[in-house]
Amino acid sequence: MDLKLLDVGPTDEEREAIDTRLGPPASGWDGGERVAQRDAHVAFGGHAARARRNELLPALHAVQSRVGWISEGAFNYICARLDVPPAEAWGVATFYALLATTPRPKRVLHVCDDICCRTRGARAVLEALEQKHGAAHPRALGDGRLELSDDDVMWLPSPCLGMCDEAPAALLTVAGREPIERLVGGLTADRALAMLEAKDDAENVSRIPLPQRGQPGLRLLKRIGVVDPTSLDAYRASDGYQGLRRAFELGREGVIREVLDSKLLGRGGAAFPAGRKWDAVARQPERPHYLICNADESEPGTFKDRVLMEGDPFAVVEAMTIAAYATGCEQGFVYIRGEYPLAIERVQNAIDDARARGFLGDRILGQPFRFDIEVRKGAGAYICGEETAVFNSIEGFRGEPRNKPPFPVQVGLFGKPTVINNVETLANVPFIMLEGGPAFAKIGTEQSTGSKLFCLCGSVVKPGVYEVTFGATLRDLLAQAGGVTPGHTAQCILLGGAAGLFIRPDELDIPLTFEGARAAKATLGSGVIMVFDETADMGDVLRRVAAFFRDESCGQCVPCRVGTVRQEEALHRLAVNKPRGSVADELALLDEIGLAMKDASICGLGQTAYSAVESAVKRCGIFDGRRAR
Amino acid sequence: MTHLVEIARPKRTVELTIDGQTVRVPEGTTILDACKTLGTNIPTLCYLETLHPVNVCRVCVVEVQNARVLVPACSRTVEPDMVVSTDSERVRHSRKMVLEFLASSVDLSTTPDVDGWLASYDCKPERYGPPAPDEAAGERDALPTGHHAPPNAEYAATVGQPVKVDNDLYVRDYGKCILCYKCVEGCGTDYQNTFAIAVAGRGFDARISTEFAVELPKSACVYCGNCIAVCPTGALMFKSEFDRREAGTWDESKQTQVSTICPYCGVGCTLELHVQDNEIVRVTSPLDHDITRGNLCIKGRFGWRFVQNRGPRPMGGGNGQAGGSAPRGGEAGGAGGNGAGDGHG
Repeated sequence: MDLKLLDVGPTDEEREAIDTRLGPPASGWDGGERVAQRDAHVAFGGHAARARRNELLPALHAVQSRVGWISEGAFNYICARLDVPPAEAWGVATFYALLATTPRPKRVLHVCDDICCRTRGARAVLEALEQKHGAAHPRALGDGRLELSDDDVMWLPSPCLGMCDEAPAALLTVAGREPIERLVGGLTADRALAMLEAKDDAENVSRIPLPQRGQPGLRLLKRIGVVDPTSLDAYRASDGYQGLRRAFELGREGVIREVLDSKLLGRGGAAFPAGRKWDAVARQPERPHYLICNADESEPGTFKDRVLMEGDPFAVVEAMTIAAYATGCEQGFVYIRGEYPLAIERVQNAIDDARARGFLGDRILGQPFRFDIEVRKGAGAYICGEETAVFNSIEGFRGEPRNKPPFPVQVGLFGKPTVINNVETLANVPFIMLEGGPAFAKIGTEQSTGSKLFCLCGSVVKPGVYEVTFGATLRDLLAQAGGVTPGHTAQCILLGGAAGLFIRPDELDIPLTFEGARAAKATLGSGVIMVFDETADMGDVLRRVAAFFRDESCGQCVPCRVGTVRQEEALHRLAVNKPRGSVADELALLDEIGLAMKDASICGLGQTAYSAVESAVKRCGIFDGRRAR
Repeated sequence: MTHLVEIARPKRTVELTIDGQTVRVPEGTTILDACKTLGTNIPTLCYLETLHPVNVCRVCVVEVQNARVLVPACSRTVEPDMVVSTDSERVRHSRKMVLEFLASSVDLSTTPDVDGWLASYDCKPERYGPPAPDEAAGERDALPTGHHAPPNAEYAATVGQPVKVDNDLYVRDYGKCILCYKCVEGCGTDYQNTFAIAVAGRGFDARISTEFAVELPKSACVYCGNCIAVCPTGALMFKSEFDRREAGTWDESKQTQVSTICPYCGVGCTLELHVQDNEIVRVTSPLDHDITRGNLCIKGRFGWRFVQNRGPRPMGGGNGQAGGSAPRGGEAGGAGGNGAGDGHG
């Protein structure tokens, strides 16, 4: 392609960061030095460069984590290297919240102000930061000032960081040759200031919220906090890779039969039967097939996949290998959200170790089966957890959901049949191999088989990830977590995340099964159980839910793009007590907006953007006291 | 040796029900096209028969029995025994809301047909509050992705912003942009393969942009104007039309259309010259032309100034516009506004 690039080159630092990711350029045609004898008369490299479009996001990440922002020069060089039109690459770069396209200091503290953190002390942290360092503004240093000093720092508010059990939380990013990325919980104003002012880089340790640690009967959590997550030997000594061996004995069709028999349902939120997905992909004559482990866990209140990846990364790798074997995939991707640095590190380490020891690569365990996994890092976009948005994000396009049909099992990543499963769904697979599908199906209830991870947070005594066999009620689970914080009473409980809904504290007998939740007109969603006590300002919480969807909407379709704005505006007017007409008028308007978003949006984001608000209004009656006025 | 003659696979027909009427159409037909065979009218904004459907405006949604949500008629293909309702209560509600959402956030004053739709779906865009004041130039182009500024209780957010006039051929009035993606498709993979523009940003802050929002002359734009041809709202507009609208002299009732063939090269694209006051004010090309499908290049689209320059008027005298960086090969035509009384023809 004959690209028209802006006339700016990369700095040495930027060039090095990009070349470290992409390798050195082959010629003057793809950004290298022009050698007249070689490059003057023949154009080459176009197709080869364009075939690497999927490395656009990793290349942008490389500059971001090295320099702290992506300058025009760096941007031009990436476009030249990958033969991507700059306008398209601009569309991609500006899609992600963690990528900066205006000058930004190397040290940035992203402070969570999402629903859980804001009711657990984030406000005080944000106020302290604002007092000392001024209001958060991503462009504060962009106005004409291109030379940043090393002393510059910046803080930004962030959507949920998946640390709700230790709320409030923050993500520290320090760009450089050895970039630092730390997810920190239990944040205080002093700690936040110290981290921002470079007195404290925070340790790179996993603080896994596991009140059930080491309890007998745990399945998905049995190794977490007990077995060294960085050691393949330790993993193997605790039944690791037994599932894969069993899978090879069963054969490809046998594996799928067991998974079908197990009645395993997807744990990402949609509860689709995993076996049917696998079966459909395995039957597709079109090759190659791809496998994606969806680890873009960004649903506010959800942190179970982070715990699985940080605490038992080899299980994720093994489960993916089994899935790939059954469905005929040779290449898999783990798409992990960019806010999870330790999960990325652990999973990458597990992949490297597995590859070094023959558990990935050619002839795995001596079988005529080849499979490898690549980690792809998200860059701050909730929508990229939508299954078709993941495809676009990996391919190097904007993470906009695609139209369905065609479904991923027919036309997925790179247009090929693709299996995409959530981390927790996959983590069940080794158990199905070892126990057999029918035995797995006997655990739990008739329709919800196996066990499920729940993320308890908010006003509970022992927040954290809990594993329960399907069939327990919400009351049982809350009791396990020690109940509501002493001295407080529950006001309402968010089930299933921002895309889920609020229920009343008198509804604790809802069974935590897919069918039980459905019967109670609720949803398990991604397994969030967030308790709000009487001190929580629910009007403010709802406003944040609405702001979250407005921020995270990809902007493709009108109902979601504008509907999320109009929803937030109405909730804002209610919160500041300036309704247009009466409160009842505003609630009726919200209902109309919500119905259109649910009915006419392209993907699940828009379709569920009203559900939490609707339930808070209709089920919990949070505006009931004001409705009459 | 005999040669095998490839015969296209015969198309099966699919029978479905639309609003209670049974219809048989070839498989692969979209619901929209199936509706057309019945004469059922469905509003569309982001759909154009010459582009790949992106189904983002959602104004064409219809209800399919047993489907959880509404489906876009423009892209969903028919299935056997489908039962489609094009005017159910759910459909009418979603269309009404989509049109209200657009009318309350975008300037639709130059969008054809929209007033009729707003009326027939009983839209009240004013109920979201008075429109917020326009952003300053460049503000929306620089919006960061992530947390946005809190809403304002007095106003309804809009995409209002000043018109971008950075060349002599066409203007970009993104306050009128509904983000239908048509210009991006026309500029990119569907036709021109220039990729000068793309969607940038996210959510309500998404916008059509060049890289770093640079002005068009710095971008890869080749001024084919195929984006103007597909724009459904007048956000992209000939400078000649824009200037006349600003001056209050744009009058479509006084315009005539003349079909001709582009004189520049051997392709022979069909041109439709829109003429007002004996000046060419706009050039289009028919969508159903088998070669060009409505597309032109800079010469056919903009290179007709020479027509105006014949006759008694001195060469180059009519272009009274301030500088700007006019790209080579084209000049804005008819913009001087002083040629109306020249009386040739």
